Amino acid sequence: MKNIKIKVDNINLIVPEGTTILEAARKANISIPHLCYHPDQAIKANCRLCVVEVAGSRKLTPACSSYVFEGMEVETNTKKVRDMQKGVLELILANHDQDCLKCLRNGNCELQALCQRFNISKTNLEDSVDALPMDNTNPSLVRDSAKCIKCNRCVDACQKGQEVHVLTHSHRSIHYNITPAYEMPLEQTFCVFCGQCAAVCPVGAIVEKDDTSKVWDAIYDKNKHVIVQVAPAVRVALGDAFNLEKGSIITGKMVAALRRLGFSKIFDTNFTADLTIMEEGSELIDRITNDGVLPMITSCSPGWINFIEGRYDHLLDNLSSCKSPQQMFGALSKSYYAEINDIKPKDVFTVSIMPCTAKKYEAQRPEMVTNGVKEVDVVLTTRELARMIQSAGIEFDGLEEDQFDNPFGIGTGAGAIFGATGGVMEAALRTVYEVLTGKGLPTLKFSDVRGLDGFKESSIDINGLEVKVAVVHGLGNAKLLLKQIERGESPYAFIEVMACPGGCIGGGGQPIQSTMDVKAKRIESIYKIDEDLPLRKSHKNPSITELYERYLGEPLGEKSHELLHTHYHSRDMKYNFEELLK
Amino acid sequence: MTKTVSFITENFDKYDPNSIDSYLNINGFTAVRKAITTLSSGEIINIAKSATIKGRGGAAYDTGRKWGQAAAVQGDNKVVICNADEGEPCTFKDRSILSKDPFRLIEGMIIAGYTVGAQNGYIYLREEYRHLKSLIKNAIKETMEKGFLGKNILGTNFSFHIHLHSGAGAYVCGEGSTLIESIEGKSGRPRIKPPYIKECGLFQLPTLVNNVETLAAVTAFIQNGTDDYIKYGTKLSPGTKIISLAGNVNKPGTYEIPFGITLREIIYDIGGGVVDNNKLKLCQLGGASGTIGSDSILDTPYTYEDLEKVGLIVGSGGILVVDDRTRVIDFVKSIQDFFIHESCGKCTPCREGNRQIAKIIDRFVQGTSGVNDLDTAERFANIMKNCSFCGLGETAQNVLLSAIKIFPDEFKRLEAVGK
Repeated sequence: MKNIKIKVDNINLIVPEGTTILEAARKANISIPHLCYHPDQAIKANCRLCVVEVAGSRKLTPACSSYVFEGMEVETNTKKVRDMQKGVLELILANHDQDCLKCLRNGNCELQALCQRFNISKTNLEDSVDALPMDNTNPSLVRDSAKCIKCNRCVDACQKGQEVHVLTHSHRSIHYNITPAYEMPLEQTFCVFCGQCAAVCPVGAIVEKDDTSKVWDAIYDKNKHVIVQVAPAVRVALGDAFNLEKGSIITGKMVAALRRLGFSKIFDTNFTADLTIMEEGSELIDRITNDGVLPMITSCSPGWINFIEGRYDHLLDNLSSCKSPQQMFGALSKSYYAEINDIKPKDVFTVSIMPCTAKKYEAQRPEMVTNGVKEVDVVLTTRELARMIQSAGIEFDGLEEDQFDNPFGIGTGAGAIFGATGGVMEAALRTVYEVLTGKGLPTLKFSDVRGLDGFKESSIDINGLEVKVAVVHGLGNAKLLLKQIERGESPYAFIEVMACPGGCIGGGGQPIQSTMDVKAKRIESIYKIDEDLPLRKSHKNPSITELYERYLGEPLGEKSHELLHTHYHSRDMKYNFEELLK
Repeated sequence: MTKTVSFITENFDKYDPNSIDSYLNINGFTAVRKAITTLSSGEIINIAKSATIKGRGGAAYDTGRKWGQAAAVQGDNKVVICNADEGEPCTFKDRSILSKDPFRLIEGMIIAGYTVGAQNGYIYLREEYRHLKSLIKNAIKETMEKGFLGKNILGTNFSFHIHLHSGAGAYVCGEGSTLIESIEGKSGRPRIKPPYIKECGLFQLPTLVNNVETLAAVTAFIQNGTDDYIKYGTKLSPGTKIISLAGNVNKPGTYEIPFGITLREIIYDIGGGVVDNNKLKLCQLGGASGTIGSDSILDTPYTYEDLEKVGLIVGSGGILVVDDRTRVIDFVKSIQDFFIHESCGKCTPCREGNRQIAKIIDRFVQGTSGVNDLDTAERFANIMKNCSFCGLGETAQNVLLSAIKIFPDEFKRLEAVGK
């Protein structure tokens, strides 16, 4: 590609053709203010904070949407630029609810940071916010229109990234708003609760529903036995909240922090990820050998489940009947675990730490009940766990490493890689291959299904049968495979779908600013965890063997069916238009 | 002696716009016949260049140049759009052409299509002109029937179709890229540039967008030559212009005038003066997004160059006369009300700027303005002008900014009331 010579604030730069002014300035360590720009999204140029002066241009130029040209001279810090940028910021602020001290994004808000940068103290504008009512009646997300700055990042995430098309813009001028159609609350739309909107929101306009106080209450309740499980993707992301290097593996410190918070037992969801492989792998073998519905599609991602139940409910038979690892854990906690510890199921209080906002929704599903009680009582996102740790005054970085407890403390490398796109597939193949062929895999590394490509496929020869598999992440990519199945043209036996781009490491509940670069680092760490573990195949997990011997019997057995499998149903969404038109 | 002329409007009231036969009787379609059977694309572009006509929608971009660029863009499939979303308040000259001479416009589109190599043309008609739909549809149909539209027009290799598309009432859809979004069925919000619409416009195809008057004028150039056109006007603004004269004048209406006559001649000689012999307070040129002038500009010749010197624009050709019964602030408020209704809301400066400035203007109107209100309004008006995404936000505060400049005392007085 051609290189272009430009000057930014008198600094000579050589950048490739097709670079924007904003990106070029970064190379000179100049951060041009911006709010709608997001490195993983399309250019929007609607916040207008990034205006700069370009020599020869009468008008100011938006840096995010303007490409460099040979000899371009950019000034990012003239009086005019500064005055204009500050003015635009004041305009945004004047229609933004300024309850910053009580906002979940306090200290982690891009608007707040810019106001600090521009030293905005008092303006002549009236601070009165025109907004829609709060949307907080679903279990996962809270949308506060009074804080929305209309940057459209969430719309991009919902429409282009996920192709869910729930969030959109409505009306115009001062009534312009970001909302689902007809301003419906999210639970009355086809929202899948993946939380990708919350993950890209620069302010506190879309956040996870904070459930930390429920957990504190349980911990302080003497009658409750409070246990916690942590998903595979949390341990490579939580460090972000404590300013550690992106992708840091902080498993030991995380366990130590959870113990200090007062949980009675700290367990690993990697364990039930292994259990999922036992059940799901057996289900796949059963479907292949007994002419079952193929391709079989994974069912561990609740955002994905919400999607297929909403939009492709005629393909529900393709879903594995397995509950997700979170719910398998929950079911065991209220049955096996309660029994062996002689605690009443209702007194076990099960908390999940998940990278995911849809898990909150999943835990509320009426079918996720074992022995008459909710399998998982509260789901916290990675962000909420970070807030609990901070709130308890725990200095995270200085903690001594601790270890997960038994009986759900051992997870194999196969369970660990559930956190990355392609991980479930790879873990399943490690086990299925060995069970069906009686031989170990030639290599444990399925490179074809690793990495951030949206669509990945591979095939494996099992006893002379070519088994084709596919892996997608991001719901837009999932649509392609679903359409293939609809046409009866799917060549695959097994498909892994993760709702969020990158898989769970890119979940909607992960620390803010999980850009693609950050996700790549987390994925690297996930595979490092796998490589460093002595056990890397689910069926070799000794605790799993013990669980089947002592309690479950065998995969797909009666007990397994009762506890570990479920049914899916259509999200029969009917709008009441009469009501709407009132 | 009348000061109006008839070059672009020469067919007005000369034939029945419902009948192509009636149009053919006055030498209709000689321009199309001449263009596609005797002229090359380059020759037509040169004719447009020799007339030095500038776009009549408001942006005043050189038409010959625009066509030259459109013809040069590579592409087997191109589109010509006639922008008939005449949304500027106090602008209705395109309506006159559409209702009195629709065939001349259709000829202009066919010639444009032939020149730039397009196969399809779209007329984007503003929603409020829905009463003209059947007239235009009929004109397209009859033109098809006579073989001036459709496949292999007049036995040549050139094929061209025209489609009529109605807007949904948004002013911002007069902006080229927004208009295209609207035809595509999306909400009317401007597109990011690049890519430019000349390369990637409607349905991602190279697209030429021209105003109604521009296209009608080109037909006249081809039919009558440009000599009779450029004999009018000044050196820098040759030719004629159709204006929409409205407001507190005795004879509002559409008039074709030669460039170079003064605003006084337009308002008093053509328009019959201010109603009830009231004193002229101000006039606004070029629609709601145009600036205003006081009576001191009455002797300014109506040309691109002379108006620019006094801070005014030709724009859409609207001339709104306001007499001294109206307070400047009330006029400013009426324009502000318009823009707060018509901003698309996409970008911060236009959405939030209009919101805040409207609050301040309301305080002025009600006599409750605060100490810094005037400075604040002016500051944010300038931010809108400099930072907005599209022309709507950039020009929405032209009225306020020019009013503050021209009538400082009125604002000072209002400010004093508020204190």
